[in-house]
Amino acid sequence: MSVLVLAEKDGNQLKPSTYQAVTAASAWQLPIDLLVYGDNLDAMAAEARQLAGVRRVLLAQAGHFQHPLVEDVLELVLGIANQYTHVLSAHSVFGKSVIPGIAARLDIAPITDVIEIRTPSTYVRPSYAGNILSTIENLEPVQIITVRATAFRACSRDGEAELVTIDAPAVRGTSKWIGEQLTHSERPELNSARVVIAGGRSLGEEFNNLLDPIAERLDAAIGATRACVDAGFAANELQVGQTGTIIAPELYIAVGISGAMQHLAGIKDSKIIVAINHDPDAPIFKHADYGLVADLFTVLPELNTALQQH
Amino acid sequence: MKVLVAVKHTIDHNVKPNIHPDTGLVDIAQVKKAINPFDEISLEEAVRLKERGQVNEIVAVAIGGAEAKDSLRHAYALGVDRALLIETDTPLQPLAVAKLLKAIVTREQPGLIFLGKQAVGEDYGQTGQMLAALLGVGVATFASAIQLKDGQVEVTREVDRGTQTLSLQLPAVVTADLRLNEPRFIKLPNLMMAKKKPIETLVASELNVDLAPRFRVVSASEPQQKPGAIQLANVQELVAKLRQVEVLQ
Ligand SMILES: Cc1cc2nc3c(=O)[nH]c(=O)nc-3n(C[C@H](O)[C@H](O)[C@H](O)COP(=O)(O)OP(=O)(O)OC[C@H]3O[C@@H](n4cnc5c(N)ncnc54)[C@H](O)[C@@H]3O)c2cc1C
Ligand SMILES: Nc1ncnc2c1ncn2[C@@H]1O[C@H](COP(=O)(O)O)[C@@H](O)[C@H]1O
Repeated sequence: MSVLVLAEKDGNQLKPSTYQAVTAASAWQLPIDLLVYGDNLDAMAAEARQLAGVRRVLLAQAGHFQHPLVEDVLELVLGIANQYTHVLSAHSVFGKSVIPGIAARLDIAPITDVIEIRTPSTYVRPSYAGNILSTIENLEPVQIITVRATAFRACSRDGEAELVTIDAPAVRGTSKWIGEQLTHSERPELNSARVVIAGGRSLGEEFNNLLDPIAERLDAAIGATRACVDAGFAANELQVGQTGTIIAPELYIAVGISGAMQHLAGIKDSKIIVAINHDPDAPIFKHADYGLVADLFTVLPELNTALQQH
Repeated sequence: MKVLVAVKHTIDHNVKPNIHPDTGLVDIAQVKKAINPFDEISLEEAVRLKERGQVNEIVAVAIGGAEAKDSLRHAYALGVDRALLIETDTPLQPLAVAKLLKAIVTREQPGLIFLGKQAVGEDYGQTGQMLAALLGVGVATFASAIQLKDGQVEVTREVDRGTQTLSLQLPAVVTADLRLNEPRFIKLPNLMMAKKKPIETLVASELNVDLAPRFRVVSASEPQQKPGAIQLANVQELVAKLRQVEVLQ
């Protein structure tokens, strides 16, 4: 019995969620193989070998993995799946796009968005927009899951896994990569930042002016509500919540955010939540650790000044 | 070209679910249900393609009890041409749903298949990807824009730090994200007319598909609530707190 973990890369590095996925996989106490795919893995092979708890790193290099497509990674995994009793990936956009298909082709039901592996076949996952935690017993002979990365700590980097090169199957060709528009920010990424400060639609056109300097000071990522994104005050990828990014930072600061159920679904697991809102009855206060009832247009400049002096 | 849209009749997304004291599980039998919002977005997209003359038939398919006809009527009111109910009394898991949808795709031969990125409620987010894999066709999840071009569909998708554009050979499966469009408001006469439209019904258990559950929800609980916020008096107290929790050295 052994586990296959699907890695994911970002440029020439592994994504932080890969480290968290390896920690999650260690719950099964079985040998772990890490599958890394890409077009040029020389720089990354050394990093991948260091993930603690990994037995072997399987490297699949092919030109078409420069921009991996679901159909190609699916064939790659199906080619080696018979060697594994467990398959796991982070519940990232790519992970959740590819894992259900792999499972279906093996005639296995996957369990997605797992936040806790309780026994080797029992999992906890949120449902109903985070309002319910369900415990699921998976009766399948092969366990195939995706894990919410923020629910697991990153594995350490003192491993020394064996490197194995494997062949990539031919291109499927059912889909083709055309292009992408990614924002490159100096800031930490939303889903792995230690601190996140987020604003609601009431920040209006001042969204960036008000939040940027404070985020800079706190080394924080910036988030937004859907209402704020829909109004065009913040970029799509800043949306936090059920249908945006789900985060679990050490500190979450919600500014002018009402605390709708769908927003809360994305922030519930934050360690400390601070809410700033001028309405003392705003629902967000019921879910925060600390509250400041005040006008954000006064508080944010004050906070910025206080932090500059700091 | 024909488009197939999968429509789930599910818990209304404004309703907070309750755990039944006897079963310890979420009780949705009595709660208000509605069309899954992501499926409504799929329907709207299909209707827009038809209005642009790129699609000539839209078929909506729901899997569920007789009550799912409500969502199919909603689909008619939005502008689909045919509606199909695959009837089953027990709620099915995503793999079984994907297999039933595959059977319908085989029968209907659509060029484009829309599903929602997830069904609110269980929030599995699996069915579209499974259906594509079972059919051996391409899949684009989390679509925020689509364009049909001879034999291909170009899909812009929401990914971790922005968007990505893929081109898929038809037939293909696309799962709709929130920003794909904003569904139109349904006018009352359309809803009245929808009531008179026929809904073809097939029986799930007669479609030669393995419907057995593969996992079991053993218990449900509500996440721990915070006791409520400690109120801070001013920005100075806030800064002091930030220092205390060590985000400020
Ligand atoms: C299917 C679905 C999915 C959704 N997914 C998401 C999601 O992923 N993420 C998400 O965020 N939302 C999501 N939503 C939307 C969600 O329901 C709310 O509409 C949204 O979160 C509200 O955003 P908001 O707090 O910015 O705005 P509002 O609810 O309008 O709240 C504004 C708040 O700002 C406060 N305020 C106003 N002026 C000031 C001031 N000067 N100083 C201090 N406070 C002030 C007000 O008191 C109020 O509490 C979803 C909705 C649906 C239907
Ligand atoms: N019972 C069902 N009937 C019709 N479509 C469904 C059903 N269940 C799931 N789907 C489709 O699959 C999508 C994703 O559902 P899920 O994988 O359950 O989150 C939904 O948005 C629907 O388009």
